[in-house]
Amino acid sequence: MRNSATAVIERNVTWSGPFATEPWEAAWATEAIFFVRRLDDSRVPLCARVQISPDGIRWVDEGQGLDLEKDAEMAFVRVREFGGWLRLAGELAPGGSAKVLVYLSLKE
Amino acid sequence: MTAIPGPFRPLPDVLYADDFDRGLEGWTGLIGNYEHSLDSILPEYQDLRPPMLSNATTWDTGTGGSALGTYSMKLATRARRHSLAVGIKRITYPVACPIQVELLFTFKPEASALRLSLADVGAVGVLFDLQNDHQRVMPHLRYLNARDGELVNRWQYKCQTPTFHDIGDSGETVSHFHLSDDGWQDVPGGEQQLCYNEIATKQNWHYLRVGFDLATMAFTAFQCNDRHFDVSRLEPMTMPAMPNLWCMLNLVLFARASVDRRAFLYTDSVVLSADLSAEARRP
Repeated sequence: MRNSATAVIERNVTWSGPFATEPWEAAWATEAIFFVRRLDDSRVPLCARVQISPDGIRWVDEGQGLDLEKDAEMAFVRVREFGGWLRLAGELAPGGSAKVLVYLSLKE
Repeated sequence: MTAIPGPFRPLPDVLYADDFDRGLEGWTGLIGNYEHSLDSILPEYQDLRPPMLSNATTWDTGTGGSALGTYSMKLATRARRHSLAVGIKRITYPVACPIQVELLFTFKPEASALRLSLADVGAVGVLFDLQNDHQRVMPHLRYLNARDGELVNRWQYKCQTPTFHDIGDSGETVSHFHLSDDGWQDVPGGEQQLCYNEIATKQNWHYLRVGFDLATMAFTAFQCNDRHFDVSRLEPMTMPAMPNLWCMLNLVLFARASVDRRAFLYTDSVVLSADLSAEARRP
């Protein structure tokens, strides 16, 4: 049976300006999905980029991202072949904020 | 029974022997109680960081692996002073008998600075959360590595019961934050220097053993590496029994940041054992 684990990597957190999720170790997994769920009625569009890292300290864009449209509750992005570390990073437009819950679903 | 690799000397009945090469083995994050909204969680419980599987890769030497394989369970705080990361595993006990947890652990700050960073991890600790017919009992132990960036290197216990708060409006949910930094007392003779090694990316694994008797609700043993501490004066935190927690046997591990740098607690091979037949042998 393939191992799997979903982590709630942000819970009830309000993002504004630049944001990045905490470094997450995922070397054991071959596939991942980030879900971003909006918890408030902020109705601001939210874009986030997947980033990877060799050491959990220095990050580069992986090339994929997710767009949470202003009327949407949830968005996701799938990633494979990401090495050992994953995070989401982005920036909300000036004056905008959104309260979110972020899941990282990993599978062997 | 198949022998458990490593330095473990479990009691006769192994309740679980977690090897994080097999996954998180039932360990999960801790959340405070809530009603209707996550906003009702006590502020201290809002952001306890959950466990992840780590192969301990560092920027300068690559993958360190775990004590007995590749993966360990990692508790990582935020890069914020006093941030907490907490992992919990929840079972119940079949007999009120002696139990013992053994584990291998190591702690490090995030190696984001080219310096020793010896005092950047605040504390790492372990606690049981238990309940019998009369009481909820929470024996707490922690290694206070440093306070606000100054080394302390001392084991502590906590028996002071924190304030209970009503959560929501039903009258059925309460919460108490027992992991705060106040109320800890020094374990007698509890000073201990651990092998930190020479830079932030070198990890040495430590052996920890804590014994507790569910029949008497008292500590029976406390050992870290070659040190055996006197438990005769250690007391657990106690409070009246709560409505939904009968026979609870939870084990909790935690890490606390000392400064604005991530603190990491890595744990490998958590072995929880019991002596289920002890009652029959009691005089």
